[in-house]
Amino acid sequence: MSPLIQLGTPEAREHPITPYIRMDRMPHIWCPTCGIGTVLKCYGTALGRSKLDLDKVSVVSGIGCTGRVAGYVKMDSFHSTHGRALPFATGLKLGRPELNVTVFSGDGDLIGIGGNHFIHAARRNMDLLVILVNNFIYGMTGGQNAPTTPLTARSSTMPLGNFERPFNLPHLAVTCGATYVARWTSMHTAQMTRTFTEALKRKGFRFIEVIAPCSTLYARLNKLGTGLDLMTYYRDNFEIRNKADTRELDLDFQSKIICGKFVDEERPTFLEAMEAHYRDALGDQYVPMPPEGGMLHGQD
Amino acid sequence: MRAHYLEASGVRPVPADPRGVLAGTHYLDGDFACGEGAMAAGCRFVAGYPITPSTEIVERIGRRFPFVGGIFIQMEDELASMAAVVGGSWTGTKCMTVTSGPGFSLMMENIGLAAMMETPVVVVDVQRAGPSTGLPTMVGQGDMMQARWGSHGDYGVIALSPRSPQEAFDLTIDAFNLAELYRVPVLMMMDECVGHMTEKVVIPPADQIEIVPRRLTKQSPAEYLPYRADESLVPEMIRAGDGYRFHTTGLTHDERGYPTMTVEAQQVLVRRLVDKIQKNAHKIIRVEEDQTAGADVVVVSYGITSRVAQLGVEMARERGARVGTLRLVVCWPFPEARIRELARVVKAFVVPEINFGQMSLEVERCAAGRAITTGVPHAGGGVHDPEEICRAILEAAR
Repeated sequence: MSPLIQLGTPEAREHPITPYIRMDRMPHIWCPTCGIGTVLKCYGTALGRSKLDLDKVSVVSGIGCTGRVAGYVKMDSFHSTHGRALPFATGLKLGRPELNVTVFSGDGDLIGIGGNHFIHAARRNMDLLVILVNNFIYGMTGGQNAPTTPLTARSSTMPLGNFERPFNLPHLAVTCGATYVARWTSMHTAQMTRTFTEALKRKGFRFIEVIAPCSTLYARLNKLGTGLDLMTYYRDNFEIRNKADTRELDLDFQSKIICGKFVDEERPTFLEAMEAHYRDALGDQYVPMPPEGGMLHGQD
Repeated sequence: MRAHYLEASGVRPVPADPRGVLAGTHYLDGDFACGEGAMAAGCRFVAGYPITPSTEIVERIGRRFPFVGGIFIQMEDELASMAAVVGGSWTGTKCMTVTSGPGFSLMMENIGLAAMMETPVVVVDVQRAGPSTGLPTMVGQGDMMQARWGSHGDYGVIALSPRSPQEAFDLTIDAFNLAELYRVPVLMMMDECVGHMTEKVVIPPADQIEIVPRRLTKQSPAEYLPYRADESLVPEMIRAGDGYRFHTTGLTHDERGYPTMTVEAQQVLVRRLVDKIQKNAHKIIRVEEDQTAGADVVVVSYGITSRVAQLGVEMARERGARVGTLRLVVCWPFPEARIRELARVVKAFVVPEINFGQMSLEVERCAAGRAITTGVPHAGGGVHDPEEICRAILEAAR
């Protein structure tokens, strides 16, 4: 076993993140200077601050680089199929409503192949915290064009530059019904952690986009330098604009990155709306799903 | 009388939750009976997407669930429906989704995930004539091989085929029980005729319905490994929210559930996924035989075709043929040993089905040239003419 792994075992040295991470799975698969690890660290810190019962927190991922998050968190965690993290998480939440479910995945997963599920989960205001790490390309498969690749940026399948207009994700989320929408870059660790902490305590469909362009493939294909150069770029080119009009949050190639919390409102969640509706319609005859789930007697 | 698969499992069933059991004598179609079977079996989460001819099942459930403590959600498509029930099942809540051919195709992705994560779920496919959109309102049996092999890679699976609304009720309960016993997706391979046929359905009182509970581990989180199986080859389960802090993935994994990208891990895991059904097949297989002793010809059929074939068989008997019947109640795993045994003593098998030869391939494989196998294909949209089946029998008996 390498010295790095030995250092990582909880017995050897207690890193502040160890209560939230499967240290027996370190080292992780992410490239040096990739932003996903930073986002995961912020999520772990936020979990600690939230004081939530971690036994009741579940994390669901799809497939891809960010999709590997589920494999590293020390909670009930599900590495599902490509694009299907949201419907999988929907079943998990409705099967046991007391669970606090986070969906952690990438742009290609949640918005590319999973786009249909994204708009419907937001429309239903399904009670899920969705953390989307936007790396602008398909990283795991080698840097192909994504529905988030900025115009003119190069990808391995569009070597002369992308000509498809990308999604403005906060705007997409809001128009579909998300009740909490924020965006940060992977440099904004303090703000991101605060946002995660707050969002963990909110209800409904909460969407947080974290900009973290793939420091291996996107940066190389677009001659943007190293991961450190990307960080420097965020530092010099972000602007915090809370409550911004989400129509103005498009990301162009190497444009200014508008960050902040754009939406934070309350609307009945899917479960709340359903229960209120059935109580109204059926009165005492309505039998709601118990918070601990629909597992039957004799099953425990 | 306790069902063979329950007896063989050694698991002690519990009585059904009376809330889900609409005890009494009813006049129901197969779709409604299937929905009632699910509720009686303890199903409390259903995700589905409308598709003819299966829609009545979710309509029944959508109407009844608010009184039973269940949640029905209409998802955006069948990919989502299947993913949702796999997620839902990890909470301990029994889950089902319902579809027909085109939706069944979309579900294959996450049927594979259910197989890989070893998640008990029930998938109902009310078969219509395909391929593609085909004849949406008319009968087919063309999804039988898809049920067995539809998702990529190797895995074991269980599929049942009811012949009547009563069996749609009874077998749906068995489907849930088998899913719990073997931690696999169990496929209810109905067909449009059985789904839309209305007959008498007797629903027994809850205390006479035997339910296999979720088999949760008694081990502590410290000693428990999610994918460590004993000689039964089926690992004990846990559910989200109980403090086990487990991980599960569609990637090849080790006993901890951790991704393990090695040939060895693949060999161990996939071998077990296949073996847990193959080596327990004798406990799962169920066929119904009539007059196979001394028969020259055995007609092998399932679902609605078994009822049509019955007429053909009787016509052939009147004309002097010695014909037996073997009906597949459980289609997968396939009754290989029994077909092999019969192949030694009969002249031929006749296999009518509403496709161009799917289960007949299995019969032919197991007969291995010892007896002739004659398929009686039908393209779908209707059932066979019994005369056609009779002719095939007489031809084979010659």
